[in-house]
Amino acid sequence: MSLSLPYALAVWRRNAVMYKRTWKWNILPNFFEPVLYLFSIGIGVGAYISEIGGTSYIAFLAPGLICVAAMNGASFEVTYNIYVRLVFEKAYDAMLTTPIEPDDVLAGEVLWAVTRACIYGGCFFIVLLLFGLAPLPSSLWVIFVIPITGLLFAAIGMVFSLRIPNIDMFSFYFTLFLTPLFLFSDVFFPLKERLAGPWLWVAEALPLLHPVRLARASFNGEFSVTVLWDLAYTLGMSLLLLLWARRGVRDRLTN
Amino acid sequence: MNKPASSAALVVEARGISKKFGDRFAVDNLDLDVPAQVCFGLLGPNGAGKTTTLRMIYGVTRATSGTIRVFGMDIGRHLRAVRSRLGVTLQQNALIEALSPKENLLVFGRYHLLREPELSRRTEELIDFLELRSHAHVPVRQLSGGFQRRLAIALSLVNCPELLILDEPTTGLDPAVRLALWSRVRELRAAGTTVLITTHYMDEAQRLCDQVAIVSAGKVIAAGAPAELIRTRVAPETVEFDCTPSEEAALLDGVAQGRRLRVGRRLMLYVDDATDLIEQIRRHDDGDRRPIIVRPTNLEDVYLSLTGTSLEANP
Repeated sequence: MSLSLPYALAVWRRNAVMYKRTWKWNILPNFFEPVLYLFSIGIGVGAYISEIGGTSYIAFLAPGLICVAAMNGASFEVTYNIYVRLVFEKAYDAMLTTPIEPDDVLAGEVLWAVTRACIYGGCFFIVLLLFGLAPLPSSLWVIFVIPITGLLFAAIGMVFSLRIPNIDMFSFYFTLFLTPLFLFSDVFFPLKERLAGPWLWVAEALPLLHPVRLARASFNGEFSVTVLWDLAYTLGMSLLLLLWARRGVRDRLTN
Repeated sequence: MNKPASSAALVVEARGISKKFGDRFAVDNLDLDVPAQVCFGLLGPNGAGKTTTLRMIYGVTRATSGTIRVFGMDIGRHLRAVRSRLGVTLQQNALIEALSPKENLLVFGRYHLLREPELSRRTEELIDFLELRSHAHVPVRQLSGGFQRRLAIALSLVNCPELLILDEPTTGLDPAVRLALWSRVRELRAAGTTVLITTHYMDEAQRLCDQVAIVSAGKVIAAGAPAELIRTRVAPETVEFDCTPSEEAALLDGVAQGRRLRVGRRLMLYVDDATDLIEQIRRHDDGDRRPIIVRPTNLEDVYLSLTGTSLEANP
């Protein structure tokens, strides 16, 4: 293991400098996406649903959409942006002429993706607070769910981005991976009530489900044993994938 | 920060290094000694293994076999320590195009953990040193190739390196920019920096380098000071003219000394004294004045005679 926090932070800092210049353009689409879902589906579809899981439909949507915002924030970073830095900007080739090592690159990038997840998830959470859709104080627990959601999707995206042959593959990642997760991870409806037995087990493998359940548990202030499983899945899966990504970074940057 | 390496020491010491990609040896049992405070040129055709050798020296490519010591330290074991003391200008610029030269320097300085006020001080120094001031705040993507290249070199100097590695620094640049860069390299060398440079331009190597190593197919095939290589490997004078291969035998009957190099109709002969040869050609031509060029032999002749495929050496 050759990870050095100061060097990882130097990698993080590069991205922060870049982001500071473009955040106005970046933040708008990513940030408004969950807000639009919240109001169109929450209010529009919600009008036909008197109650779901003991709350109004818009209140049901709120916690899951925080995780979606965090997922999107991290995912854009570790897909298109990583690929551009890797292939077009040669940013990592430049870094590796300095004392920065591949592990620092991975740590810095993941940390940055988590940062962006926190920006998007955090902004959306503030919107929910302003509209009175986040019950206090229990929903504050979601502040811990946002970064680990970012971590998980940073790790997944990293593994993918380091192994694809060209940038076009990302459209598969978004439409065939992230979109189904978004639709089938307890965000819009409780899987438990709609899926038959064996499918419920399959659903347990879906990565977004676990952060969403954690966020919902925070909002409801009801913590059961499932929370431990969801935490274990989120952190354990992140760790495994980061170890895999670590090899990918080494293979791509050194030979 | 810029403490010179002890003068007797070798800054780079590579022993029997090889790098295999698949079945092919990119570098094949290569030895390289770069003494401190010299400008050392690594010359060779495309694909000779120059860039791979450089990458092994700064530890991004691991040698399949052999050992590399940089500043006396094993590169495999002291990667960060070695890299903190060297700078690399990559063959292909790796600049952040959306940022200005100044911002690029600040970002890069942080890769070396430079902190304020040192970071800004060093940035300003390099902006002056590489004459970037006029466009220091313009996004890099709007700058000319020569300007971008100067910035790339500035980035590799941000940590006041004791060893500066330049991978084809002047490829594609106009003559004025090349001259300016050469003068910067000389200034750095005069101040005690060791420079390791790869280039295809033999005039560049001859003017800039104290020592060169010519690499072909992953091996060093000749090494030494440019003047010494010219003296020992070829001959001081070059005679150039056009003639067909069939004409050659009659034309040069009795002229046996030195090496010859033919490229199409063009024949180059390397001799100690061209006088007799020219007389013989004139006699043969019998009043027909064939254009003949006589010039001092240069490093390009050495290079071509060693790496060129159309080489013919007299017995």
